[in-house]
Amino acid sequence: MAITLTVNGNAHSLDVEPEMPLLWALRETLGLTGTKFGCGISACGACTVHLDGRAVRSCTLPISAADGKQVITIEGLAQDGRLHQVQQAWIAHQVPQCGYCQSGMIMAVAGLLAQIPHPTDDEIDAGLTNVCRCGTFARVRAAIHQVAGAEGTAS
Amino acid sequence: MRKWTRRAFVGAGTIAGGGFLLGVAGFTFAPGRHSLVSADAGAKGQLTTWITITPDNIVTILIPHCEMGQGTPTALAMMAAEELEADWSLVRVQEAPALDAYANGYIIRTAGGNYVPAVLGRGVDYGAYKLAEWFGFQVTGGSTAVRSTGEYGMRVAGAAAKEMLLTAAALQWGVGAAECTAKGSTVTHAASGRSATFGALAHSAAAQKVPTSPALKNPDRFTIRRTSPARLDIPSKVDGSAKYAIDFTTPGMLYAALEIAPVYGGTLISVDTAPAEAMPGVKKVVKLKEAVAVVADSFWRARRALAALKPEFSDAGHGEVSTASIFDAFDKALGAPPEMPKDSAKVVTADYRAPFLAHATMSPMVCTAKVEADRAEVWTGVQDPLNARSVAAKALGISAENVQLTNFLLGGGFGRGLPFNFDYVDLGVRVAKAMSPIPVKTIWTRENDIQHDYYRGAALSRHAGALDANGTPLAAQSNYTGGGNGEAVFMPYAIAGKIAKEKKAAHPIRLGQWRSVLNSQHGFFKESFIDEMAHAAGKDPFEFRRGLLGDQPRFKAALEKAAALSNWGTPLPKGEGRGIAICESFGTIVSEVVHVAVSPEGRLKVLHVYAAVDCGDVVNLDSATAQVEGGIIFALSAALLSEITIAQGRVVEKNFRDYPMIHIADAPKVTTAFIRSDAQYGGLGEPGVPPLAPALVNAIFAATGIRVRELPIKKTPLKTA
Repeated sequence: MAITLTVNGNAHSLDVEPEMPLLWALRETLGLTGTKFGCGISACGACTVHLDGRAVRSCTLPISAADGKQVITIEGLAQDGRLHQVQQAWIAHQVPQCGYCQSGMIMAVAGLLAQIPHPTDDEIDAGLTNVCRCGTFARVRAAIHQVAGAEGTAS
Repeated sequence: MRKWTRRAFVGAGTIAGGGFLLGVAGFTFAPGRHSLVSADAGAKGQLTTWITITPDNIVTILIPHCEMGQGTPTALAMMAAEELEADWSLVRVQEAPALDAYANGYIIRTAGGNYVPAVLGRGVDYGAYKLAEWFGFQVTGGSTAVRSTGEYGMRVAGAAAKEMLLTAAALQWGVGAAECTAKGSTVTHAASGRSATFGALAHSAAAQKVPTSPALKNPDRFTIRRTSPARLDIPSKVDGSAKYAIDFTTPGMLYAALEIAPVYGGTLISVDTAPAEAMPGVKKVVKLKEAVAVVADSFWRARRALAALKPEFSDAGHGEVSTASIFDAFDKALGAPPEMPKDSAKVVTADYRAPFLAHATMSPMVCTAKVEADRAEVWTGVQDPLNARSVAAKALGISAENVQLTNFLLGGGFGRGLPFNFDYVDLGVRVAKAMSPIPVKTIWTRENDIQHDYYRGAALSRHAGALDANGTPLAAQSNYTGGGNGEAVFMPYAIAGKIAKEKKAAHPIRLGQWRSVLNSQHGFFKESFIDEMAHAAGKDPFEFRRGLLGDQPRFKAALEKAAALSNWGTPLPKGEGRGIAICESFGTIVSEVVHVAVSPEGRLKVLHVYAAVDCGDVVNLDSATAQVEGGIIFALSAALLSEITIAQGRVVEKNFRDYPMIHIADAPKVTTAFIRSDAQYGGLGEPGVPPLAPALVNAIFAATGIRVRELPIKKTPLKTA
């Protein structure tokens, strides 16, 4: 049974087992390797993507759960060649070190800001549980506040 | 292939397209002994560091180190570009391939005892690094890139290239080279108003004599160094385009999942392969000496099929080993605490305990290989591509020259990817050999990674200290197990009887280097103990240390800076406290103050960490700061939460649920200040780590009166109500 889903605006019909995690379909079937494998148990968030606009951890999400839905990965976060403002803030604050967790971190933050455009520090703490072994958290927080602040002045 | 010898050499030549190529050996302790090399030097592998200038005026710098998040390539390129007077926006970097030519001999030289910069004297016996064995490796480790490759290679290469460009311009214009200046990738003759870009001059510059000892810039004329240009690798790390080993793919590639003997040294006794072979997508079950692998057309299918197997492994005779048995042996080996002078007014004793730790790099280990008869291609992520290539060759029984290794970005290193830690390359190529000539990507699960690491060693340290009636320390001595070296146990304090002795207590747990190596345990031991002595003396822990640093001005300045940053001594609310510590590692002195709050119920919150860092000088200020911030978080996560437990000879923890890491909610504010001293450059990747754990437990003591002597801190109840 084929699974149909839209990834970064492109429709796909995939002939894979319905229980295959979305992560591996993205990486190995569709070649979208920006989404990373970190733990396989939804503990670290390196595999975070957006499913119908909400941040989800794709390493344990069966692809059947994405059937008929819209998936956005790190490769699809930029719009019309313009980096998403979270990505821009990441560059401005020089957030990544090794970078391996950052696709997931950026997707989680973009998802958080879509839900809570102006998060307090407590809301950031509660809403962001991605692991970063290089310890970029202080810059992540500063970058989030920059995006939230910029949105605040724009609206 | 040329072997790396003490002879340093510089060479230049043209490359296809009219570019200019300049190389310089990793460092030039014997700058007078150089030789020109031919235009195809690169192809011959004779150059260690390269600067290439092409007619489009782009300067490309080849970096013989890997990028694992420290910003090393950017910093090294800055050092070359500074001397070259290049326009930073026209500079590019490229990682050097895994060839003998790029071997960076510096850490080896350090161990060999010859040509050791004086500042590194204390670190010469880096112990577990086994540096003497590293001859011919291409290592990124030991926090050495900037202070070795940068200072002795990149600067000289940049300065030599600049002189050659000036000479070429002067000849072209019929003026003296001294009348020409280089700036912003352009050479200018002010008197005549003529100028030419580096790109336009590159071809004729390559024909000029290579200066043997080009003049280096005075640091007060630096325009690129000490600033914070954006790191060159970051754009690719925000849009998913950065390539790590796990991202590599090649046509026809299959995937493998592994189960490795749970007890290190154990071997595969038997496995019924049928259940896996019957599953979709499975191509083969590969039996290896110490593991079983399932190869399939997707990693998920391989892993699912592996779960259907029930392999039986031997325990190598270590089935009785446990954390408790190891620490019992440590305890017996240590015996009684060191004896203190008879006339002491007060004697302080304490035992400190540090656990085994895993690296848990964000990227699990990955190795892709394609094996054909007597040759192989390998794609992986390592801190030493040359040694990894040798490991692959040895595993396959072929010559290293027949192994082509491509290194990818590392998803964290922390020591996991250092030489002697390449089991993932070894296993990966053996799996691929069984599928020859089909390329196979072997991906470790997080469970593989946590359970089959080269662990930071557990250690027990037994201390005794003596004070006279005025609270002046008379002695501070320790016996320790778990390894140590001169740098790790060094205490800068003016105490007459300072002795640290190693006691041996062997165990079969596989060990490796973990960010800051032995300093990670000994920093905790020695800086906790001096704090206990301060309290026993009834003195403020900062003032007590400061009073003992009269003849150590760099330590004293760093300590004072950290205290000042943190407003040390100003009142705090009940339940809050500050702790201080100071350690030197890899030539860098770091003092940290940790500010904590502990609720009456024992909930610990780390509010702020202040770090004063004397690494001589910084290259890229922002990425230097990031290294200190990162080191602090890495150390904090370990100090609060991390322990690898051994039971029945095997590792108990499996994944981030039982080997957890801190999240953003637990991350304190970090304030970092650099001290520009006269000292030579120290490292930065690691030195932020060692002072964190002691400063933290010292802060907890200040807040609660509870002395934590065992890591991780979560094992000690902090309830005060």
